Amino acid sequence: MSDSIIGAGPKRIDGQRKVTGEAPYAADHHPDNMAYGYGVFSTIASGTITGLDLEAARQSPGVIDIFHHNHFPELHRTPSSMAQGNKVEETRLPFEDNRVHYEGQFVALVVADTFDNARAAARKVGVSYQRDDAIANLDQGVKAHGTKPGSGNHERGDAEGNFDGAAHSIDVTYTTPVETHNPMEMHASVASWEGDRLSIFESSQGVVQQRGALSKIFGIPPSHIRVESPFIGSGFGSKLWMWPHAVAASVAARETGRPVQLVVPRPQMFTTTGHRPETRQRMRLATDDNGRLVSLRHESINTTSFTDQYVETCGSVTQSLYSCPNLTVSHETTRVNRGTPTSMRAPGAAPGLFALESAIDEMALAAGVDPLEFRLNNYADRDESQDLDFSSNHIREATEKAAEKFGWHDRNPEVGSMRDGHEIVGYGMAACNWEAIKRECEARVSLRADGTAYVTCATQDIGTGTYTIIAQTVSDITGLGLEKITVRLGDTSYPNGPISGGSWTTATTLPAVAAATREAIKELKGYATSEKGDFADVDNDSDSLVFENGQLTHDGQGVNYVDVLKGQKLASADGHAHTQGADDRYSYRSFGAHFVEVRWDPGISNLRVSRVVSAIDVGRVINSLTARNQVEGAIVMGLGMAHFEATDYDARNGRPVNNNYAEYVVPVHADQPPEVDVILLDYPDLEFNEFGARGIGEIGITGMAAAVANAVYHATGKRIRDLPIFKEKLMENIPAVQSA
Amino acid sequence: MREFDYARADSPRQAVSTHGSNEQAAYLAGGTTLLDLVKIDIMRPEQVVDINRLDLNEIETLDDGRTRIGALVTNTALARHERIQSDYTVLSEALLSGATTQLRNKATTAGNVMQRVRCPYFRDGVSSCNKREPGSGCAAIEGHNRSVHAVLGTSEHCIATHPSDMCVAMAAIGATVTVEGPEGQREIDFLDFHLLPGDAPEREHNLKPGELITHVTLDAPLNNGRSGYLKLRDRASYQFALASSAVIVTLDGDTIVDARVALGGVGTKPWRAHEAEKALKGQQVSESSFQRAAEIAMQGATPYAHNAFKIPLGQQAIVRNLTTLTA
Ligand SMILES: Cc1cc2nc3c(=O)[nH]c(=O)nc-3n(C[C@H](O)[C@H](O)[C@H](O)COP(=O)(O)OP(=O)(O)OC[C@H]3O[C@@H](n4cnc5c(N)ncnc54)[C@H](O)[C@@H]3O)c2cc1C
Ligand code: SF4
Repeated sequence: MSDSIIGAGPKRIDGQRKVTGEAPYAADHHPDNMAYGYGVFSTIASGTITGLDLEAARQSPGVIDIFHHNHFPELHRTPSSMAQGNKVEETRLPFEDNRVHYEGQFVALVVADTFDNARAAARKVGVSYQRDDAIANLDQGVKAHGTKPGSGNHERGDAEGNFDGAAHSIDVTYTTPVETHNPMEMHASVASWEGDRLSIFESSQGVVQQRGALSKIFGIPPSHIRVESPFIGSGFGSKLWMWPHAVAASVAARETGRPVQLVVPRPQMFTTTGHRPETRQRMRLATDDNGRLVSLRHESINTTSFTDQYVETCGSVTQSLYSCPNLTVSHETTRVNRGTPTSMRAPGAAPGLFALESAIDEMALAAGVDPLEFRLNNYADRDESQDLDFSSNHIREATEKAAEKFGWHDRNPEVGSMRDGHEIVGYGMAACNWEAIKRECEARVSLRADGTAYVTCATQDIGTGTYTIIAQTVSDITGLGLEKITVRLGDTSYPNGPISGGSWTTATTLPAVAAATREAIKELKGYATSEKGDFADVDNDSDSLVFENGQLTHDGQGVNYVDVLKGQKLASADGHAHTQGADDRYSYRSFGAHFVEVRWDPGISNLRVSRVVSAIDVGRVINSLTARNQVEGAIVMGLGMAHFEATDYDARNGRPVNNNYAEYVVPVHADQPPEVDVILLDYPDLEFNEFGARGIGEIGITGMAAAVANAVYHATGKRIRDLPIFKEKLMENIPAVQSA
Repeated sequence: MREFDYARADSPRQAVSTHGSNEQAAYLAGGTTLLDLVKIDIMRPEQVVDINRLDLNEIETLDDGRTRIGALVTNTALARHERIQSDYTVLSEALLSGATTQLRNKATTAGNVMQRVRCPYFRDGVSSCNKREPGSGCAAIEGHNRSVHAVLGTSEHCIATHPSDMCVAMAAIGATVTVEGPEGQREIDFLDFHLLPGDAPEREHNLKPGELITHVTLDAPLNNGRSGYLKLRDRASYQFALASSAVIVTLDGDTIVDARVALGGVGTKPWRAHEAEKALKGQQVSESSFQRAAEIAMQGATPYAHNAFKIPLGQQAIVRNLTTLTA
């Protein structure tokens, strides 16, 4: 299989269109007669709208209409079911009533002939409020109204009973702040109606789910709705589910009788399109004399909105990563005046593994064991939470390989002992982990008489390389070159495909595309073996009739498939497939380990990550370039999570204060570690699917923040349990502040 | 859109007369502050006077050894200028530590001097902010005040830092701002140019209405001076200083003959630390003398809820900069 295109590293087939600006993104669409919407957003986090002064805005040039809670058609809510294909995260519709649940919520929408006119008029809308006290953060929420049980809980054995008497134990609490996805491309909708048919261009990671939700909301059949998202400027989860702006744009288009474009401004990308919620996680771990875990409790609380319960399943990995007979995982939520949270790259696992993998480090030290050895001693060999074997698990090899390459064994375990000039060097490690999921999927493949193949599937390429790996799949089976394969995605008029999330796109779409390709070949064989065909005397499912490199051959006689079609004046041979989700014979997960070197310069209080070695076991790698890119990108994002990222809210009123790219700090090029070494183990997981691929988008960020925090501890002796690891948390001699 | 009159000036005279003493007029240079704030509706000029055609792009060495910089010299051009790199290293380094390449290509010398604060409450358009709406109060003092708020030169009316890096270097070097106004030309000492917030934070500088900056003239470089800019922040680029220092020293052997120290990221204006300089003069190069000077520089600083760390950080910016320069 070594010269197979599966596993090779062809460049993205859509790359040229993207870098030349030819690829159309949502807001690049300008249908004839299009009008522009611009939102008016709440400037309080909690309360009621008591009045709207629209006079000045109405007089403003170019204004067509202004929507608000007293001027908005009655719609329906979506049941928000992923299984039904109509999930949204924020179930409340825009302009449903006069309540304000968070700052930056839509309170009106101005539609005008140009963007500038819409924006200018929106700023003239006067809004008066009855302001209520805002619940501004997790602590305030818990204090005000406690918590509500969440989902994803797990219990086995007796964790409490085996904690107190244990040889070594720790009881520590970690917190993580709100993080905001901040994809480069802002959310955008361009909606138009023709009669009762809605067509919408959206920056979406899930066109099929959006179609379902719109269908429920507008009470029209899905077949009357087309959602298109051929290219998206990334999403990181914020574009998995439709947000209020898309409903607002669709209504505005219907009511004004014109196509309407609505782009969510950057500050509202922090409020009305989801975020990773704030978490507080209490970890209680205990070991026996030999450093084996005997009790593990992971209790997490996350913030959610007043309108919906979103559970950040921080303990999802804790259930199965380590072997421990007595284990409890629980999730609770508390309501705050923020928009509804949503999945952000590796939801649950990213904040959850910050807590778990930091706690494992603390536990190892408490038990007097090297953190690497501690993990090797405690990794689970089977999934104890489900009582299932793992389909394929090479975490020990990943850990040992990365440790070797990193040079872990040269680490002097004594805190602050490794120095280089002004800098103190710290080594830290953490495991990483992510579930492998495969869903139902449909795809269509045509082998066409012009010698090309044409593939459609209503999944999306969110910048990760889905177009390319789908083309590789068709190429692998047909022998056609990539340049001969056209892949079309991101359009609900194609066969149903999955959302681009959960790292399940690869495992879900490739089997469907492969099956559809084989169906097309089968159809072709049918033509070839029909009366008029080149192999009229051959049985149509004969094993000796094979399709290879664009040729149908039998007994040494080959015919190009183009000639088969042309001979019968046919346009194409088509295949359609509908493949199923994963079975439950095994626990399907991906594994890996990060090793991180940090440098802390106490003289200038500067922390930087100087080296990362990560070994990842995600099954077979389909495209070595895009796969590596996913892990490297996730490592950098994890580094941002570790020491830069946090959306700050004013504790007095719940207002997000750093809602722009200058002050919401994510890593820039200069922060890239000089050395990032990604090892992809590449063991096919053939129990999971025929390609043996499990998916790679998320695992890289999991564990990164803990690896950095553990390295920081090694360098400084400071255990930072609250992200991000800002320099002031490591500094000495900070004067006390008289609180006012 | 919000409408304003736009005029392109061909000479400083014409720019000044178009602007007049209209408080609602604004000169447009690179636009990286002005247009940014117009777009978020915080600055609302009724008259924009585009000065980009003015002939103010020169960097000249004057007979007395000073260096005269035209108002429109871009941050990139200034940072890359040979004489600036060699004789005013601290200025070149300060410029290159600021913003991004794209912004520096647009940003001008006068525009940088005139840039506005980054305080989120100033920029949000709704919070109480004495700078934006005099008398409304200051949301930052008891709000979120970690990154872009000061510990030096604050008042109970405003605590926003002056965000510029370039100006910190200029404060250390010493400079004169030449302006042209309705009443003719005049010069303002750079250290007097920016104002402390006091009880009128809406007044940020010493320009009279309508005055146009035409040049900034740097003092002659110190003989045998070594200089450098050290900027401390969270990420390694594209962030305003949490604390920074511009330092110039001249040595005789191990003795400090002369020193200039200015601070950024910690003050409500580009902060010249005269007392710290005095403490350094005549001292031997040593960590303890640097540390003492640094402590003096930060004396009287007022920490707020989230930015107390800037007091030790400001000291570190001074000590490390001195250490590197005298090594
Ligand atoms: C995202 C971002 C990050 C940044 N990071 C940094 C940083 O790290 N460090 C840093 O130092 N700066 C930083 N800046 C600020 C940047 O340096 C300034 O915006 C820039 O220097 C302003 O210059 P300009 O020519 O674009 O000014 P303009 O925007 O054109 O003008 C700014 C102001 O000066 C007035 N003005 C312009 N020219 C004259 C004149 N000749 N006489 C009188 N008044 C005049 C204008 O009317 C306006 O009020 C950043 C800016 C942004 C947007
Ligand atoms: S610090 Fe200054 S700019 Fe910020 S809110 Fe207070 S007055 Fe306004």
